[in-house]
Amino acid sequence: MFDLALLWETRELILQGLWNTVWICFLGCLMALSLGLVLAALRLSSPRLFGYPVACYVEICRGTPLLVLLFLLYYGGPSIGLRLDAEIAGVTGIGLYGAGYFAEIYRGGFKSIPKGQLEAARMLGISPWHALTRIQIPQMLRLIVPPGTNQLIILVKESALISIISVDDLTKNATTIVNQTFNVIEPYLAVALLYWMIIELIARGGYALEKRLADRQPRHIAQPGDTAHAHG
Amino acid sequence: MFEILLTHYPVLIKGLTTTLVVSLSAIALGLVCGVLLAFGLTSRHRWLRWPCGLYRSFWRGTPILLQLLLVYYLLPEVGIEVAPITAAILTLTLNTTAFQAEIFRSGIAHIHAGQVEAARMAGISAWQTRRRIVMPQVFRLTLPPLTNEIITILKNSSLISVIAVTELMRVSEQIASRTFQPLETYLAAAFLYLAVNLLLAQISAHLERRMAGGLATE
Repeated sequence: MFDLALLWETRELILQGLWNTVWICFLGCLMALSLGLVLAALRLSSPRLFGYPVACYVEICRGTPLLVLLFLLYYGGPSIGLRLDAEIAGVTGIGLYGAGYFAEIYRGGFKSIPKGQLEAARMLGISPWHALTRIQIPQMLRLIVPPGTNQLIILVKESALISIISVDDLTKNATTIVNQTFNVIEPYLAVALLYWMIIELIARGGYALEKRLADRQPRHIAQPGDTAHAHG
Repeated sequence: MFEILLTHYPVLIKGLTTTLVVSLSAIALGLVCGVLLAFGLTSRHRWLRWPCGLYRSFWRGTPILLQLLLVYYLLPEVGIEVAPITAAILTLTLNTTAFQAEIFRSGIAHIHAGQVEAARMAGISAWQTRRRIVMPQVFRLTLPPLTNEIITILKNSSLISVIAVTELMRVSEQIASRTFQPLETYLAAAFLYLAVNLLLAQISAHLERRMAGGLATE
């Protein structure tokens, strides 16, 4: 029933789709990670000026489907003179959409570091920059790796939507094979397995990073869920 | 954007209604199946845990668009003819079941084992323990992630436009191609999704406060 020869014959199309999915996701996630950091930093550094606009941005990302954002960029863009290639629209869409989520993840990470630590650092004469790079960021990294990994996985899965704005990604090429060969199961299942593999890789990477950061963490620093330390 | 909302509101509302019907049906069905799957995942029997784990892994690990296409095209292949809307509800249910099961599983894990042991000692049956002691607490604990899941499903329902279900996104596409105002139309669609989701978040926050209140006075 399962026709492996069909997959072998159409391997070029599948591999090309895989490549497109991978680079678009990579660039999109990179944009989401960096833009999210900028948004979180803006919101935390000046809550009066940026708090409300960034919060609005986050709510818009959380409340609207990525498909709408992609359609706005790809079909709506030209009415305001913004003409994007489908691939670029895909990267931008994933980046803008993911940034809203990552901004919240970073903010949660920064917020969960007890204020006392920063006060103690200042008392000890440690500069704000050093406090940020040596005290805040290492602890925050550890806290944001699990939700960050989750969000990356969500973005990779949602990247399948770029097929609707005519990017030749894994999903689009699978559909092309289905339309050409009238075989539904093989292409879709093979592509599902490929997505599953990418996602499994990201999840494993996340676990490995989490473990590495945990090993480096001195015992006496507040752990998540360690309320005695968080309040102390 | 507001011009589109004002001139095309009857079709937009109709599309939004379909979006809500599909999403809420999937959520409701997923609630039942999710609880059952969570019990399967936490079962003492390995032969039950293993397939449940595989199911969860597949439906959480692949894009929902692909799942939708797979279900929609696979059903006729195996001789089951269904309307696109049924295929859409089925796919969203199968997907959300995996996520809801995980939410319930973590909720169940938060209940102290001593409570279940005490209930068993008091002669309360395993089923009664789950229904009367574990699940009410689990629902309180899982309300925030459950709200997130409902919002995700509402957003994901925009994909069913691909299999020609005339929900909000599909209606917007039709309006955009008729009026040649894609920017305004999709902004209007985004506004409607956002409005519904913000409303849902408000309702959930209200429920959460009420449940927390109930907890304090009990």
